[in-house]
Amino acid sequence: MHRTAVKKVVLEGVLDANDALAEANRQRFDHANNFVVNMMSSPGAGKTALLEHTLDRTLGKVRIGVLEGDVQTTLDADRLARFHTPIVQVNTDAGFGGECHLDANMVRSGLAELPLHDIDVLVIENVGNLVCPAEFKVGEDVRVMVYAITEGEEKPLKYPLMFRSADLVLINKMDLLPHLHFDLELFLRNLDAVNPGVGRILTSAATGQGIDEWCLWLTERGNV
Amino acid sequence: MHELAIAGHVVDIAARHADGRTVTKVFLKVGHLRQVVPSALSFSFDLVAQGTTVEGAEMVLEEVPAAGRCQDCGTESVLKSFPLLCEACGESNLQITRGEELYVESLEMEEQQNNEELIADR
Repeated sequence: MHRTAVKKVVLEGVLDANDALAEANRQRFDHANNFVVNMMSSPGAGKTALLEHTLDRTLGKVRIGVLEGDVQTTLDADRLARFHTPIVQVNTDAGFGGECHLDANMVRSGLAELPLHDIDVLVIENVGNLVCPAEFKVGEDVRVMVYAITEGEEKPLKYPLMFRSADLVLINKMDLLPHLHFDLELFLRNLDAVNPGVGRILTSAATGQGIDEWCLWLTERGNV
Repeated sequence: MHELAIAGHVVDIAARHADGRTVTKVFLKVGHLRQVVPSALSFSFDLVAQGTTVEGAEMVLEEVPAAGRCQDCGTESVLKSFPLLCEACGESNLQITRGEELYVESLEMEEQQNNEELIADR
């Protein structure tokens, strides 16, 4: 007996296992006729605030369910509880001190608690993070990114992965524009540099700017 | 820091293909359009591999530059920075051909074998 080095060709995608689970989620969503939005942003860009407006505006018209992803706490889910909409909180802190993103398996674990057949639109509010969530498909139909103008103009160039994968960008906190040195034209040029022509809506959760347009996009795109 | 999660998947794949054998090297391809930080991935890999058949293996990461084929003029360009533009005609109508890779290419393992039975495991 002796030891020999052998080489084995593998050619397996690192995220294949995740993608297979995402596809399984997708089939469940299709079966229940759900339109699924993966909502992503940095922490504090206004995902939950925009979601509050969205639920408020569509109450009684569109049945929206929410899957809240956070490293810890149920604070976001608590904020949305007053809408009496199906909501489930998934905390990611079971791993090494908390994953920075939702993956397909975490979303799957939350689905058991959602009445998918009584939902038209499922919004998956991802963990606030500008990098990691973009790598992990969860079974969504579209990716909607919330971007706060307080984050500066250059982020599309610094964090291209998420901007490239977005189907729509909600440019939020527009009410703060007069108080900031934010060059909207420059930001839009940077956005087009990484994702040419991507849909964009100027919004403010403080004043309600753009909420109608966003809700219209959601209902038209989701065909609900 | 999703490199930790990615490293976990890499170790899982390597251990499954090794099927009990000791892994000495894991060859990985990572495209430039992925936001994977090699040093963070390498650090995470060593950590996650502990206690598995992949423990102590070296992760050999090959970076793949981005490239795209222009849908207007057909030229293939290497894409170094955003905006991603065709180097021949300057248009952005590109089909990405390289740079989105993220896969385990191969493994190097130690195998205990009888003298005459050197089986190439390909």
